[in-house]
Amino acid sequence: MNRNLLHSDPQIATRQRWMGVLARAGTGLMTYEAALKEAEYSLIRAPEIGMTLVRGRMGGTGSPFNLGEMSVTRCVVRLIDGSTGYSYVAGRDKQHAELAALADAHLQGPEQQHWLSLMIEPLAADQQRQQAAKAAETATTQVEFFTLVRGED
Amino acid sequence: MYVAVKGGERAIDNAHLLQAKLRRGDTRIPELSVDQVREQMPLAVARVMSEGSLYDPQLAALAIKQAAGDLMEAIFLLRAYRTTLPRFTASTPLDTTQMQLSRRISATFKDLPGGQLLGPTFDYSHRLLDFALLAEGEHPGPQVNPDAELSDCPRVLEFLAEENLMAREVDDGVAVPDITREPLDFPASRAQRLQALARGDEGFLLALGYSTQRGYGRNHPFAGEIRIGELEIWLEPEELGFAVPLGDIEVTECEMVNQFVGGKGIDAQFTRGYGLAFGYAERKAMGMALVDRSLRAAEYAEELEGPAQQEEFVLMHCDNVEAAGFVSHLKLPHYVDFQSELELIRKLRKQEREQPAAEEQRA
Repeated sequence: MNRNLLHSDPQIATRQRWMGVLARAGTGLMTYEAALKEAEYSLIRAPEIGMTLVRGRMGGTGSPFNLGEMSVTRCVVRLIDGSTGYSYVAGRDKQHAELAALADAHLQGPEQQHWLSLMIEPLAADQQRQQAAKAAETATTQVEFFTLVRGED
Repeated sequence: MYVAVKGGERAIDNAHLLQAKLRRGDTRIPELSVDQVREQMPLAVARVMSEGSLYDPQLAALAIKQAAGDLMEAIFLLRAYRTTLPRFTASTPLDTTQMQLSRRISATFKDLPGGQLLGPTFDYSHRLLDFALLAEGEHPGPQVNPDAELSDCPRVLEFLAEENLMAREVDDGVAVPDITREPLDFPASRAQRLQALARGDEGFLLALGYSTQRGYGRNHPFAGEIRIGELEIWLEPEELGFAVPLGDIEVTECEMVNQFVGGKGIDAQFTRGYGLAFGYAERKAMGMALVDRSLRAAEYAEELEGPAQQEEFVLMHCDNVEAAGFVSHLKLPHYVDFQSELELIRKLRKQEREQPAAEEQRA
């Protein structure tokens, strides 16, 4: 998670965090499908596949330039209680986008704590475990230079 | 002259059916799945995504399967598909220091914060065919200490910038041009050049980069830092008013340290070349960084002495979809054009034969 992009408003920052977890969850959201669809909802914007233009920066820190596009699916839903959920997820999985938008709607409702502990916390923990495992794998390839002692001193 | 242009339909349909049969190969051998291509040919997938200019590993794998392994054809397929999708908005510019690294090396500093992380690589291998791969087998990877962590890996070139030995790259706030929407004009801006190079053919960029090393526009490079890893992409949808993370993509970044400039009141300093590509694409990113630097010749008032420094030459010929298209069109019927050439050459021949005879008669 790029902390520099988190909003100064802690409520929005929390939402950014869960949207990131949901976007990464992929088919992992299927586990929660039944629970998410328990409440009635309508599609404000049915899942739609499109692209975002990915931008890099010259020299990593300079002016932006266009690197290329990536596929993205977005969706907007409204629950019967009126809360609206949005999703923007990498790839072309419409089901993923719909479930992520549903989750976003539930997470903004009165049962936020319930959804956070039921869904976001375990998903986030799982994603963190995967990242840690990858980092540990990369760490095995860290070069450890050693110097040979030459001469008298 | 009337030329028959119909009559090829059945032949074309059958040619496509035969092509599909060729792609499938011997049916006694199990068919390749798109998932297998995606998971087991990640470097081919990376190249197709980079040059196809669309990050979508599943579609790139499908394109490779459909193209029977012809990567340029696969790139063409992905480019064509790309034009069918709407564009939502541009991403927040990447911050590559946020990368979850799978590889990070520097050829300029041995000991550096975060260390040298080799990650998966063909480097240091003996390039001997591994006959064990003729059989199926498990490849569980190295013994891992599950508690091992990576330290923070700051940007290597920043050390040089801190010492004032290299200019720091800063955002000039200018609107980002898009060569897929507004055609290139010359002289191009660096942003336009980098976008063209990012879509450019790996082989072409590699050869041009190599040519600068061999003396056709020397710029004496060092691989300052190469990073490969996953980066979270963010975008800011208008309807939300704040940035949203979409998930991760893999990218390769290469920062070259190049020959210095200076004099006329400016302290001698190193210069930069930058390469960035989708997926694990080290050679591509290095080629791109070399050519980015060589195309900055005018900026540093360097003499243009090699093809890699000729902006229009490089940018107009680095796209392999355009190049393959224009070369391929030579296969299309040119019967009428050729007839006229044929008649012309016959006329010339006739004149050549008749003129000496006429001169002889006059003599």
